[in-house]
Amino acid sequence: MKTIENRVEFTKEMKEEYTILAPDIFPMHMRLLGKVFEWYGYKIDFLHYQGKEVIDTGLQYVHNDMCYPAICSIGQLLYALKCGDYDPHKVALVLFQTGGGCRASNYIKLLRKALKNMGMEFVPVISLNFSGMEKNSGFKITPLMLYKGIMSLVYGDMLMLLRNQVKPYEVNPGETEALVDTWVDKLARQFEHNKGLVSKGVQRNFDALVKDFHDIERTSEKKIKVGVVGEIYVKYSPFGNNNLERFLEEQGCEVMVPGVLAFFQYCFHDDVTDFKLYGMGPVSHHVSALAEYVMSKMEHRMLTALKKYPDFVAPSDFNEIKKHGDNIIHRGVKMGEGWLLPAEMIELIESGYNNIVCAQPFGCLPNHIVGKGVIRTLKEMYPYSNVCPIDYDAGATKVNQENRIKLMLAVAKEQE
Amino acid sequence: MKRIGLDIGSTTIKCVVLDEKNNIVYSDYKRHLSRIAYMTQCLLDAISEQFPGEDMSLVISGSAGMGIATDMNIPFVQEVYATRTSVKNLIPETDTVIELGGEDAKILFLSNGLEVRMNGSCAGGTGAFIDQMSTLMNITPDELNVYAKEHEKIYTIASRCGVFAKTDIQPLINQGARKEDIAASILYAVVNQTIGGLAQGREIEGNVLYLGGPLTFLSELRRSFNKVLNLHGTCPENSLYYVALGAAMSPTDTSFVLKELSERISNYTSSAGYTSCTPLFESDADYEEFCSRHEHDSDNIHEITEPADKMFLGIDAGSTTVKAVLCDENGNIFNPSYQSNSGNPVPLIKSYLEDLYKKWPDINICSAAVTGYGEDIIRNAFHVDYGIVETIAHYTAAKKFKPDVDFIIDIGGQDIKCFKIHNGAIDNIFLNEACSSGCGSFLQTFAGALGYEMNDFAKMAVKADMPVDLGSRCTVFMNSSVKQAQKDGASIGNISAGLSISVVKNALYKVIRCANTDSLGKNIVVQGGTFLNNSVLRAFEQEIGRDVIRPHISGLMGAYGAALYGMNKCNKNGTSKIANANDLKSFTHEVKVLQCNGCNNHCRLTVNTFDNGRKFIAGNRCEKPLNLPKSSVHHDLYEYKNQLLMKYRTNNIIPGRPTIGIPMALNMYELLPFWHTMFDSLGFNVVVSPVSNRQLYLDGQQTIPSDTVCFPAKLVHGHIDALTKTEVDAIFYPCMSYNLDEGLGDNHYNCPVVAYYPIVIDANVKKIKEKVFIDDFVGIHMPKSFYKNFRKTLAKYGYNFSTSAIKKAADKSYKEYAAHMNAIREKADEYLQIARSENKPVIVLAGRPYHIDPEVNHSINKMICNLGAIVLTEDSISWHEKKFPTNVLNQWTYHSRLYAAAKYVSKNRDKDLNINLVQLVSFGCGVDAVTTDEARSIIESSGKIYTQIKIDEVSNMGAIKIRLRSLFSAAGIV
Repeated sequence: MKTIENRVEFTKEMKEEYTILAPDIFPMHMRLLGKVFEWYGYKIDFLHYQGKEVIDTGLQYVHNDMCYPAICSIGQLLYALKCGDYDPHKVALVLFQTGGGCRASNYIKLLRKALKNMGMEFVPVISLNFSGMEKNSGFKITPLMLYKGIMSLVYGDMLMLLRNQVKPYEVNPGETEALVDTWVDKLARQFEHNKGLVSKGVQRNFDALVKDFHDIERTSEKKIKVGVVGEIYVKYSPFGNNNLERFLEEQGCEVMVPGVLAFFQYCFHDDVTDFKLYGMGPVSHHVSALAEYVMSKMEHRMLTALKKYPDFVAPSDFNEIKKHGDNIIHRGVKMGEGWLLPAEMIELIESGYNNIVCAQPFGCLPNHIVGKGVIRTLKEMYPYSNVCPIDYDAGATKVNQENRIKLMLAVAKEQE
Repeated sequence: MKRIGLDIGSTTIKCVVLDEKNNIVYSDYKRHLSRIAYMTQCLLDAISEQFPGEDMSLVISGSAGMGIATDMNIPFVQEVYATRTSVKNLIPETDTVIELGGEDAKILFLSNGLEVRMNGSCAGGTGAFIDQMSTLMNITPDELNVYAKEHEKIYTIASRCGVFAKTDIQPLINQGARKEDIAASILYAVVNQTIGGLAQGREIEGNVLYLGGPLTFLSELRRSFNKVLNLHGTCPENSLYYVALGAAMSPTDTSFVLKELSERISNYTSSAGYTSCTPLFESDADYEEFCSRHEHDSDNIHEITEPADKMFLGIDAGSTTVKAVLCDENGNIFNPSYQSNSGNPVPLIKSYLEDLYKKWPDINICSAAVTGYGEDIIRNAFHVDYGIVETIAHYTAAKKFKPDVDFIIDIGGQDIKCFKIHNGAIDNIFLNEACSSGCGSFLQTFAGALGYEMNDFAKMAVKADMPVDLGSRCTVFMNSSVKQAQKDGASIGNISAGLSISVVKNALYKVIRCANTDSLGKNIVVQGGTFLNNSVLRAFEQEIGRDVIRPHISGLMGAYGAALYGMNKCNKNGTSKIANANDLKSFTHEVKVLQCNGCNNHCRLTVNTFDNGRKFIAGNRCEKPLNLPKSSVHHDLYEYKNQLLMKYRTNNIIPGRPTIGIPMALNMYELLPFWHTMFDSLGFNVVVSPVSNRQLYLDGQQTIPSDTVCFPAKLVHGHIDALTKTEVDAIFYPCMSYNLDEGLGDNHYNCPVVAYYPIVIDANVKKIKEKVFIDDFVGIHMPKSFYKNFRKTLAKYGYNFSTSAIKKAADKSYKEYAAHMNAIREKADEYLQIARSENKPVIVLAGRPYHIDPEVNHSINKMICNLGAIVLTEDSISWHEKKFPTNVLNQWTYHSRLYAAAKYVSKNRDKDLNINLVQLVSFGCGVDAVTTDEARSIIESSGKIYTQIKIDEVSNMGAIKIRLRSLFSAAGIV
């Protein structure tokens, strides 16, 4: 069925028998998120295809000068249709859409165009967004489901944070990952019964989580602390960043990747800024402010639990991050990762992660401004900061990327 | 204990042995030809022979050394770090190190906070680049150095990307510029690349050290650095070995018994695998079948050994080769010649003709035609009858081999040309953007770098069992992919096959952008010297899944097509005007380089003087220096827009008023009327930065932090620099997330670069701190709140106004802006009227407001006018259209105009109007990855031809001209 915007809608009937395919962006978070979708009656698969054929599929159907995340994520979706694992007549594709001034807002349209070129324009494409773009009768996110979705991001951030701080030091290899699995299962069961979602339940979970990870036997050896910031896709997706986290861990580093939650808070906060700067959205910005507030509540609980164990590094809350940002860049910069990216770099440096990999797709437009553009200022503010911008691209080779990271690590070792 | 340092780079392996007192007791430098393990073993053997029985420590460094170090458990240090260690030990007072290697360039800032800069994904401006350029000029790098000493002039050569530079140099060579000047210009390009690409806003000062091969061997390169940086750097003793020295000096506890280690290495084959593609040929039989099939491709055309009564000459003065051929009335081929263009096509053609007249004094040449980059100069030099655009030449030739040809792909030394044929006319042309070129000459250079002849290199690919997958992006990236493959143990044959596959994929997916190989066509003819390489041909057939025709004169097709074209055009009973044996005796050719002072462009003119004082001028962007009679009045909206803006650029100063400076860049090209009116009404003097030129750009280059941003953004740095040198009190350059809403799209953003570039300026231009810099966020898209917020903004800087004063000024500014835009629209209507009444073709040169800057557009507008068309802008006609559904998210104001303009052109309501669209795209403009496909689909939906021109800091005007002439020819304009 076609909608007025001339696209194929995802209908109620489709919900019954179609599988929704999504690219993997946040590996940790999506394990929980997938469960949430399942309880609401959706069949959803997060795709883990990697390798050359996936990239080639992307390159074949997406303009080659388009950003690398488009090539990876659209490549994954199209590859799923091509490789025979799925019946193209029984799947729908989903992509997240922010609707900002960056090229990334166009991924959905590019995906549809690619499907047309493949002769598969009958496959419905769902835009997952907060701005009310493109509605589908078979894909409705109820407030409770949205809330659970947000909670899976919060828990995902927490698990990621703890795992990253514990795993490099674990005495018994594999213990940390096993604990992550245990908790994902535990949380999944709770969610199903609408538990672990509000006030006390959340706090109880957080406390238990932190304690469990804290109880893992750890060595006291000193490791190089490396932070990772960057464009949202290549920052988190192992497919996008050539398994950056794993590489850093193999090099004997402790890795800190700032959470996903802050990115969503940042997205909502932009509406507040638009109102302040230009008087835009005199009503709707209140809704965004509320969303930001709800998220910061959850964030607060998480941080409270963490702070009980001083040997864990607790990140700053979003208000602090805003202040960090104001020290280096104007909050009006809101395309791509905008002001959040330099703010996270400061946050990392302030919490002892002086060595930072800034992961960006080759030729990423906002990154000219908020990545490479601010490194000079950052260096003036923190002369000992050791920032290494890495470009990711279909043509860039792993050896060059690793070579540059190794240089950063060599400098880091010396500064110890 | 003695310590060995081993530096395994991309092309060479360097080794030092230090004794306990840091004396070098052994050193060696070799090209490794990618046999890394073997060369390492040889070096170790040589060392253990000289120092028998001694255990030594060993540390490896270098980009190609990581693999062997990991696999052999040998300590490894990162190469920049190694350099730093040795510099600290040997020359501790060093402030900055500039190190150029085979494929990498590095700057190390040692004092005042350690910073290291390495070239990123772009490998331009390195040793490999200099090698490539020397090959292009047919000299060795050492000779290049010697030539450079005698230079008089420096030409502008793109410094950002090596491949780009190559396309700049080729026309210079073709135009007959002096080798000395080109050589020096190449070295200057390297300097500019290093500074522009790596310094990224940090100034290079103090004690500078030059390291690495190119800087060691090329004295003129050092001199160029000294001159540009205005200092005197030193190139220390052992400057080649600093990485190896650093490795040797790195602390390590491991010592090795050299004999044992050498044995271990000899048993070593790289453990890592690499990604491979399917082999080109499954078996020998497969290969033989392939060869015999292609032998039949040219059954109708034979080569004759004696001239027929009537002969027709065709010349293709291409970028890297010069081809000439004659044919008889049946199209049979006679006396073909295929020569490397070693800088100047004129003597090559002269000797071809001399040789021809000598062997066959009675030959009757009825017509002569020339095509290719050197068309103009050859035509002038030898009185050639016809000059035709390359695309037409190739089509004419292809038809002879396959009358129903519907797709032609030509991969030459420097460029890829593809075109579709529809109803007997060239319908759709794809030329490679300078970035992805490489092609034939790239394969050749690579073969050379690995130590093989091109022919042998190609043959090895045929037998390759696991071709390396090298990606399809840009040849510069391929360099590092090959590096990785070498590391992973790929054989030369597999690398060669991989490169062939890359070239093909590049052509298909990057240049043609074909999503579905079936859409290319059914009857495909492949041409160009590169397809003489069987592995490239096979890779192409494999990739598209279809057999193709390769004429046996694949490399000669341009010349052959020219010959056929001349034959069809001429009076077959007449005689060509081409220079005869006598003319050639008195033929002379001199080249002089001048600077044209006709306008602000200051083109460097190459003046070729032939015998009898005949002159041919090249390098000009317009007709001014040619002193031609004024043929016609130009109707050029680009020019008109610039004139309109001049009104605001008088920079009148009334003493006593505060002065505001405005950088004339990016969106200011549209908003100047607004802001000028605003500040003028509020009682400011307004000083606008000067008209852009090369020097202005170079003055700001040092502060550009991101070398991949578009050129119009890079120019901002120059304009800001110019303003900081004036007496302005404040510089006004606001951030603007949103543009004005013209109702043509779903949203009205600016692109991220236009929106936030002031942030980059604030963070990276030191001198901006000397002025008040107003880079606040403004929202002129919200007139109701804009003035209130703007009052606060100005107050922040001590400029206090009443709300009503600001409101009044704002109202006036909105009006002025509207009037400005209206003037443009009215002018367009006037031009359209002229087009109708005088029956002139119209080209909508669709870009962005800042594309009217001649430094950005390289006067393409003038070129189009010279070809006889009227030039309009996208914003002058977009208002005719209403918002319509697009396949992409239509969310940027400037781009909404583009889609609307494309719609207007595609509708072509007025059948008497011959109107076409050419889209200008700045290199590095990410947004245009979205817009170009959409603009293309809008234009093509109406059966019109879409033409895109990519421009950068420097652009190859020759290629642009081909594109335009092909469009004109296909659209039936000329």
